[in-house]
Amino acid sequence: MSLEAMLIIAAILFAIGLYGSLARRNALAVLMSIELMFNAVNLTLVALAKYVAPFALDEDLAENLSGVLTGQVFAVFIITVAAAEIALGLGIVFAMYRNTESVDLTEVAELRN
Amino acid sequence: MLFQDVVFWILGIVAIGAALGVVLIKDLFRAALLLVLVFVSVAGFFVMLNAEFLAVVQVLIYAGAISILIIFAVMLTKDVQRGNMPNRLQVPAVLFAALLLSVLVIVAVDTDWNLISEEDQEKVSLVQTSAVANIETEDLEASGLTTDSEQAAARESGLADLLIGDFVLPFEAVSVLLLAALIGSLVLMRPRPPGSTS
Repeated sequence: MSLEAMLIIAAILFAIGLYGSLARRNALAVLMSIELMFNAVNLTLVALAKYVAPFALDEDLAENLSGVLTGQVFAVFIITVAAAEIALGLGIVFAMYRNTESVDLTEVAELRN
Repeated sequence: MLFQDVVFWILGIVAIGAALGVVLIKDLFRAALLLVLVFVSVAGFFVMLNAEFLAVVQVLIYAGAISILIIFAVMLTKDVQRGNMPNRLQVPAVLFAALLLSVLVIVAVDTDWNLISEEDQEKVSLVQTSAVANIETEDLEASGLTTDSEQAAARESGLADLLIGDFVLPFEAVSVLLLAALIGSLVLMRPRPPGSTS
């Protein structure tokens, strides 16, 4: 287990999520793929927090120990924003479903004209 | 070390295989269940990366709350069995994702990371674990933090102290954002009064 292997796995997860969010018709599948990408980014942040030294750490480790937790704090914020995103996204999907009886993104044209 | 590697590769294969299932399986309900598997294996990665608190949060929020929301939404919409159809963008999407993946892999392998040295790695893991666990004085001394001030710094640098210390402003902002998003989704899902247009 090394930093590079961790980053590559996170990159694969992100690429899968990107493909899913671009190439799927169903709005719920797109939301799921976006969650995959959020997870990949969190994984990257936490792996970098474990393996990579913040610049301040070079000088004196003992005085700058809290710097090694910054990546995890960022991941906490991303999880919160992801929760807000899924709540709003499902709200939009339901509003769409109520109006058009479908969650197919290629059929949605209400904003087009 | 060997045990860690074995767990790492099992988690990696499970995560990537389940993620492929999420985007490729046609049955949306099964895709949602595979998404839970991805969330749980990412939580396993968090445990291996000294982020125990994040692992618990991942299980509670992602594997618990968000997946239930998604499964509810899947059950409430029709065409569950063949709902996950590709659109016309499939070939460009594969190309774009593969291009991005290769760029990311090249960057990850090529970059000269400023890695934490082996002896500092123990101190770092102690500090990162201090978010969820009490650290024993013997462990601190064994990892090279001998003076009182160094030990106090390691003990005080937990995740919670950062969240309500240095990062208190984004913390409050993100809580307001969450409230606004929840109110917004309530407004979106509210049944329309009879007689209103649109």
